[in-house]
Amino acid sequence: MATVSRPAETPLVLGEVTLADVTRSVAGIVEAKTPRAWWAAFAFTGTLTLVLIAMLTYLVTTGIGVWGNNSPVGWAFDITNFVFWIGIGHAGTLISAILYLFRQRWRTSINRFAEAMTIFAVTCAAIFPLFHVGRPWRAYWLFPVPNQWSGMWPNFRSPLIWDVFAVSTYFTVSLLFWYLGLLPDLATLRDRARSRIRQIVYGVLSLGWRGSARHWRHYEMAYLLLAGLSTPLVLSVHSIVSFDFAVSILPGWHTTIFPPYFVAGAIFSGFAMVVSLMVIARWFFGLEHLVTMKHLENMNKVMLATGLIVGYAYAVEFFIAWYSGNPYERFAFMNRALGPYAWAYWTMVACNVLMPQLFWFRKVRTNVPAMFVISLLVNVGMWFERFVIIVTSLHRDFLPAAWGMFRPTWVDLLTLAGSFGLFLTLFLLFVRFLPMISMSEVKAMMASEEAA
Amino acid sequence: MSVEQTATMAPRVYGVAAEFQSPAELLEAVRKLRQRGYQRLDALTPFPVHGLDEALGLRRSPLGWAALAAGLTGASGALLLQWWTGAVAYPLVVGGKPYFAWQPSVPVTFELAVLLASFAAVLGMLALNGLPRFYHPASNHKRYPRVSDDGFLLIVENDGPAFDAARAAEALRAVGGQHVEVLEE
Repeated sequence: MATVSRPAETPLVLGEVTLADVTRSVAGIVEAKTPRAWWAAFAFTGTLTLVLIAMLTYLVTTGIGVWGNNSPVGWAFDITNFVFWIGIGHAGTLISAILYLFRQRWRTSINRFAEAMTIFAVTCAAIFPLFHVGRPWRAYWLFPVPNQWSGMWPNFRSPLIWDVFAVSTYFTVSLLFWYLGLLPDLATLRDRARSRIRQIVYGVLSLGWRGSARHWRHYEMAYLLLAGLSTPLVLSVHSIVSFDFAVSILPGWHTTIFPPYFVAGAIFSGFAMVVSLMVIARWFFGLEHLVTMKHLENMNKVMLATGLIVGYAYAVEFFIAWYSGNPYERFAFMNRALGPYAWAYWTMVACNVLMPQLFWFRKVRTNVPAMFVISLLVNVGMWFERFVIIVTSLHRDFLPAAWGMFRPTWVDLLTLAGSFGLFLTLFLLFVRFLPMISMSEVKAMMASEEAA
Repeated sequence: MSVEQTATMAPRVYGVAAEFQSPAELLEAVRKLRQRGYQRLDALTPFPVHGLDEALGLRRSPLGWAALAAGLTGASGALLLQWWTGAVAYPLVVGGKPYFAWQPSVPVTFELAVLLASFAAVLGMLALNGLPRFYHPASNHKRYPRVSDDGFLLIVENDGPAFDAARAAEALRAVGGQHVEVLEE
């Protein structure tokens, strides 16, 4: 039987693991009886999801005034949440596509998990602009489809329309990529299924996949193509999200650094979310031999690197504001650091720039509780980054007579909390019903490590 | 089973399959069988086995061309859409900008190219593989459930009237195959 002996380098799969062991440990999770703790977690996140539905219902039936948005702060909590959730998704595509093209084999144990996170995060993100438009039942006007005003079409010169295309394409392609990767594993679940209902459900979902060599040839090409297409796609998505800001003429938004700065921030926050969720999942489901300390350490290194890029971007923004000589631009940045929202700015700097510096130390990088806390703080920091960009730029722009302040209402806060409920609920369903580690890819990696 | 028998007996023989224990054994068996003149071989494996394409004499997948064609269709369709809606069907002055220019058309053009190319890659893969398909003769092999776990099945396919299942089974045994079974359609 194919076993893997320990090579000189730190192995990506620990111990004497056979191919069948991989199937047993991954598929076994889906086939086992639902753990009590899963139900407890599901009850909690399900309740939060109901809170989200209640808040959105209240919003639609009462009016957009239940949110704290005002003039001048027309984009407030909702767009902050949108950019935050879209950013979370980016780690999934980075791991599944970019690291694949760079032949980073350590990605294999975590890509399925991260791709699922992408899809759920983009789902949460889409809710916010949908309700931000005020009349969500007319959101289809954003797409170039005939509507009741015959002859009226979207304005393709607007970054907001680019955003609609970028986010919907991103969601669709991520879903295709995820499903493509799932096909062989769904076939494994089908072949192991005992109950009739599992046989039918996994049988239909696996589309009759049988692992023929002729099929694998097209499959691998499709996978390579999707990786190649997703790579520029993921870079484009947050670039286009940043155009929503950068193409306007508002001080604090109108900067050319935004596209790379947003992409780095997105990867930073996404990896933080993968680490937060992964350390819980691997401990709870006993997957320490497949998702090893090396995987976690590598993700922490990515966080350190992208955190440094983000910190550099914060510094450059200030430098350019000063160097431009534009008094409005200078004011916008002084107001960020010293104005009424300075607490948000310094929370952001502390969480995003200072905390990841601890990852320079190997002891911290390989300490599970430490990385869990740091990754949570990075997520807090990255949420505040979007809040700072949006709210501090809008609340004091040009004329002091038009200045204002933004305070979130209880509806704003509960909607944000509810979006976490939806995200985590989808995640719990994923770990319960689908294999959270790509079995076929781990097996292929083991076979090639053995041959090497 | 001889040629005459297969011709008169229903159901038709799809091929003969045997199980191997590792990718290395499978590759070795494929090479030996091809030397013996068996050209229509297929292997069922739990993961893509490196070198199996070459051993089986499979050509490179043409899927890239499908994705390229779809991507170009998406890009040109997006440009046409933006030009026609912006400059012909619904010309609207916004900030004194031209009705159509290539620069602001780049994002949507790119996104639609990626979208269509991705659909072509996935749907093209399914079409070339003849999926979805919910029955296949190989699933009659009693070790079939293992190919999605840790088993490797090698199938000598029925390639015409000259095919002799008994001889194929013998050849599979000779190269180390276990659980040799004749697969019926």
